[in-house]
Formats: sequence, C-alpha cells, structure tokens
Amino acid sequence: MSEFKPRILVFSTDNVSDPGIDLAGRNKMHYPASVFVVSLPCSSGVKPRWIVRAIDRGFDGVFIAADGSDCSLVPDCTRRTAATVAAAQALLKERSLEPARVKMAAVCSVCAESFQKHMAAFSEALRKLGPSQRGPAGSVAGRG
Amino acid sequence: MEEKKRKIGVYICHCGGNISDHVDVEEVRRRIEKEYGVTVAKTSMFTCSDASQNEMMKDIQEQGLDGMVVASCSPKLHLTTFRNLSTRAGLNPFQYVQVNIREQCSWAHSDDHQGATCKAANLVGAGIEKALRQEALQPIRVTSVKRVLVIGAGIAGLRAAIELADLGVEVFVVEREARTGGWVAELGEMFPAGKVGSELAASLLAEARKRPNVTLFLNAELAEKSGHIGEFELAIRVRPPGLAEETVRIQVGAMLVTTGFAEYEPKPGEYAFGQPGVVTLSQFEKLLQEGDGRLLHQGREVRTVAFIYCVGSRQCGEGEDLNRWCSRFCCSAACHQAVLAAKRFPGLRSYHFYRDMRTYGKFETIYEEAGKTGSVFLRFHEERPPRVERDGDSLRVVVQDLLTGGDEVALEADLVVLVTGMTARANDALTRVLKLPLGADRFYNEIHPKLRPVETVIDGVYIAGACQGPKNAGESVVSSLAAVAKAAALLIKGYVDLQPFVAYVRADVCTWCGKCQPACPYGAIEKVAYGDKEVARVIDVLCKGCGACLPPCPVDATQLKGYTDGQVEAMIDVLAREAEHER
Repeated sequence: MSEFKPRILVFSTDNVSDPGIDLAGRNKMHYPASVFVVSLPCSSGVKPRWIVRAIDRGFDGVFIAADGSDCSLVPDCTRRTAATVAAAQALLKERSLEPARVKMAAVCSVCAESFQKHMAAFSEALRKLGPSQRGPAGSVAGRG
Repeated sequence: MEEKKRKIGVYICHCGGNISDHVDVEEVRRRIEKEYGVTVAKTSMFTCSDASQNEMMKDIQEQGLDGMVVASCSPKLHLTTFRNLSTRAGLNPFQYVQVNIREQCSWAHSDDHQGATCKAANLVGAGIEKALRQEALQPIRVTSVKRVLVIGAGIAGLRAAIELADLGVEVFVVEREARTGGWVAELGEMFPAGKVGSELAASLLAEARKRPNVTLFLNAELAEKSGHIGEFELAIRVRPPGLAEETVRIQVGAMLVTTGFAEYEPKPGEYAFGQPGVVTLSQFEKLLQEGDGRLLHQGREVRTVAFIYCVGSRQCGEGEDLNRWCSRFCCSAACHQAVLAAKRFPGLRSYHFYRDMRTYGKFETIYEEAGKTGSVFLRFHEERPPRVERDGDSLRVVVQDLLTGGDEVALEADLVVLVTGMTARANDALTRVLKLPLGADRFYNEIHPKLRPVETVIDGVYIAGACQGPKNAGESVVSSLAAVAKAAALLIKGYVDLQPFVAYVRADVCTWCGKCQPACPYGAIEKVAYGDKEVARVIDVLCKGCGACLPPCPVDATQLKGYTDGQVEAMIDVLAREAEHER
C-alpha cells in the first residue's frame, strides 16, 4: 500500500452545495480524487445510519456540504444537519470510532474555493487520524 | 434484489475531450459492463449529440431498457435533455440517472488521470445501483403565477419588461437608482443606427409606462426571497429620497436579473489617471456631447486626442483578480467616438494606441471610417504598453510602435482618453438574496454559454445583458429577449412540473410515533388508519421532497423517492469499493 489517501464521502445538495462543487471543477480547482459526492435534495435529509454505513464500508471520513442558511427547503436546516452529525458521531463512538471522521460545513452555490479548502483540511485531518478501523473484520465484507 | 431483472443502458461520454482527456472512458466502460442489470454499455464522443441520442432511443426501444445512466456533465446541464429523450423513447424519464464525471471528476482531477478513472468507474457504478432501484414516477404539477420581477431597468431590463407585458405577463421592475436607462441613458449618438442613447432610454421608459401591467419601483432593491419556481414570495425595499422606507411584498413566478456592468476604474497613476488631461472613455463621451463649437477640457481647447486601448481589459501576468477578458464593446466605441469627434470638431487629430483592433462584425466599418476621418493607429505589444508623461502643461504618450518596426514614437496630446472596459458590478446583497453563482470574473454565471445561456442554477431565475459578461447594447437586448422567451414559456402554461421525488411512508413498518409530523416544514404529513393501526401518510402536493422527515424516524418507515435507503446505501457501498491498485 502506497501513501494513505483518505477516502471521503461528501453529501451535497442538488441546488446549493452541488453547484458550488461543480464550480470548483469548472475552475479546475483540484482536490483529491478519493473524494466522492452523493447529492441529495437537502442536507436535513441525511440519515445518521448512512454516515455510519459509509465508514463501515471503507470511507475514512464523511463530510456534509450543508445547505446552511441558503437552504430554500428547510428554514432551520443548519440546526437539523448539526443534529444528524451529532447522532452519527454518537453512533461512531459506540463502535470505538473517532467522531472527528464526520464533519459538516455550509458550502454555497459559489463556494468553490471554500469547498476545495475544506477537502484539503479534512483530508489532512483524516491522514493524521489514519485509516478507519471500521470495527470487526466481518463488517467490512463489502470491500474490494 | 428485484423480482424481475432490470435492463439498464449505460452511456459514458467523452465530451469531446473534456472528460476523455483525463478519464479513460473505455476503461470505465470495461469495469462496469458486467455489473448486474447492465444490458448496454457504450461510450460516445458526445452523448448529447443527435446521433448519440438517436442510438440511445433505438437501444431503449429494441433492447426494452427500463433504466438508463448517462455519465457526462453536471445534471444542471443535461438532466432535462436525457429525461426528454427517455420520454420520447417510451422510458419513464425518472428512471434516468445522470452521473457527473466532468465537473466533479475529469475537471476536478485533471491532475490525476488514474484517480479520475477509478473515481469515474465508481460513480458510474453508483449510478447503476440507483437506476436498478428506481421505480417509474409521474411528475407533480404546481401552478405558476404569471408575474415576473425584472431586476435592473437598463436597456436590457426595460426591453424585457415591455416584451413580457405584451405577452400578457404582469411585470414588476426594481431599479436601485433614482432613474431608469442605465448606461445607455448617458450615451449620445450610438452606432450603427445613429440613435441617441438618452432618447432611446426615454422612449423605452415611455413604452413601459404605457403598459398597465408594468409596475416600476425606483430607489428599490430586492430584499428577501422565499418559495420556488412558479411561486416566489418576494419583499421589495423601496427607499424614496426624503421619504420613509417601505417594504412591498409580491409574488412572482420567475425573475430576470439585468443589473448591467461597472466601468473599469483605472488605478491612481495607471496611465497617469488622476492627472489633469487624462479621462476615461465615458468621460470623453460626455465632453463630446457638451463641446460647443470647440472641444474643451477644463477650459482648454483640445486639438489632439490620444486613445489608449485595453485599459482594465485583457490584463495579463500573474495574479488572481486580473481582468483577463476582452470587454468587446470598447474598440468599436473608441473608433466611433473618434469619428463623431472628427465630424463635430474638424481639424481634431486622434491617435489610437491599441493592442489588437477588435471591431468585429459590422463594427469593422466604423474602424474603416475612423481611418478615413483622420485617426492614426499605433499598435503596441502587451508587454510594452505606452507611457504617459507630463511635460509642464502638456502630455506626451510614448510607445514602441509595432507597425513601424518597433520604433519609439512620442506624441504630444492635449487629452489622453483611457479606453476603459467592463467589470462586474458589485451586487453583493442581491447575489446573497438570490444565491446566484458568480464566475471567477465576478460576472453572473449562466448554466451553459451555448446551450442554456440565460438560465441559472436557481430554477426560475434568469440572467441577461452585461451582468453575465461584457456585451454591447444590442447584444444585451438579444440576451434579454432570450430570457423573456424562457420566462414566458415557463409561466404562460400556468403550471410547472416539479420532480416527483417526494417522501412516502412504508405503512407496513410505520407504528405512528409522531416524530415525522413536526419534522416536516410543510405540514405534509398526516395520521391515517391502516388496517387496525395508525400510520403516517405523506400528502404529495404539499411535500417539497427535502427529506427532513427521514432522520427522525426510528424504524426507517419514511423514505424519499429517488433517495431511498436501498438506493443511497447501495451507492455508498459501490463508492466505498477500492480498485485493485488502490489497496
């Protein structure tokens, strides 16, 4: 195995953060190719069990590119997304995994540069944490 | 998994080379063609081309496909294209899945071809998993109000307001300034028709005023926005000078942003800007209109004018915030001003210090005319721009003239005119309210410069005119009429078809704990009887598909169409897969 490249799952949102992430690409602003984006209508809809599953199946970290105050669907979107992150972190702790593997930040439709910086910083933080231990060996059967 | 085996068609786009220069699309195809359910797996130079679309339609019909994945650009660009194709071919359009391997893969990882190829394969794999689990859906229809807000009452905004009104759409126009007409209202004679800018602006305003279904707010700004395409709820803040501020609330179905540009302001000292005798092109234009028999500047007669081109445009070198664009209008405008000046003030000498003469299209004739009316042209190299020197009361422009073999030429001038370009106007508050994306150049960004040139990522919000990049007045009106057509086509139908990706409740699992009901911001969840128990039910037309009801459910009974647990988890599993070489 060569240099450890943290695998990051990003939950983005169709109308707010996904256009921001698109803009990063349009401007050829590079970030690691081990970052994968799944777009949803709104970050209030991210389920804690999806986050845990991602870590379980081999991701080293999960980043919610949240709607923040730009959300046109849910007025208190930030509070709800933060609650989801807290719930997921509690579930990770139960499995002796680091809560720091889950992170959220608002990424707006023009936040290309901020997204790039978030990916660089989160990758670095995960590199320091090392590869996720993902609980008992049996739970990583889906890998490979 | 599914009872009946699904048949999925997968198409991977080269996008010319936009994707295939950085992603090995054949390798991606090889990696996914054996995936469960994949019936057709092909690559294409341009999946959006007519030929490729015809081939896909043929595949759908001949192979009986019941799902399709296209891996190409952002769904913002072509989701609708391929949904329409699906409909034409008889495939339910919501069983089409778009996978973004351009903005979020090839372009973002143009520095890592192997990484980009692996990532693309996983993204396509995840799209297949999603398509495998996607049932056929029908769109949800919402009514749209036949009203439009136009932001900015320059030539583009006024022209749009008049046309929309004539199409039977009620129009509100907000203008931040105390007057309408924008830049054009300050112009004298315009090329090629010879119309006077101020008169043109006045006649547009008069036309708009004739129409009872146009309401104009001056000294006004858009302060708040909520709602969605078809039904935006807006607050307009009006600040009449000397009167109390007032907030007007309106409902519109769409919005058109025509906020125009800002003139580049030279930095202090840039070509001696700030010193007497150095003006911008727009200041020169006003001098011309004022001149009374003689061209005067600060009380002194002007006999020689030096125009310096590309000031604030086509800036080169290192740096983030350079204006790298050509401002399009200025070569033609400077030549035109020189012709007008020569006509009004015979004997006036004009020297033009330019980099490249970009009097494109029919503007070429004005360049020709300038030459015939006494203008002299000297060409400089971008790395050796002219110097403006002061010698007592007079100005001297020194340049290495490329047309005479790089000889240094020094010319005395009474007036130096800096041919200043266009920059993006500061509209921070509006940008924030509308969440409109800006390009690296700070102008508003359309979805696609050729395919969707006046649409933005915010559904129902259109842009036109020089707020999206340098344009002359004619080009601004062309784009504003394009936006009129888009907005009117949307609203005149009276309805908008929204995506049917709404929430639903698995009644067999639900035990009515009541947690989802308060979690819904739209009151779309009700309690109903189901056999001998009570369960939650989603009221389709009220649901906006946000998914806020998903996390609170302790038994995963609430699900979102298009984003079910089955779909999202299968996608996560595929994306987590590492290719052999990565381990």
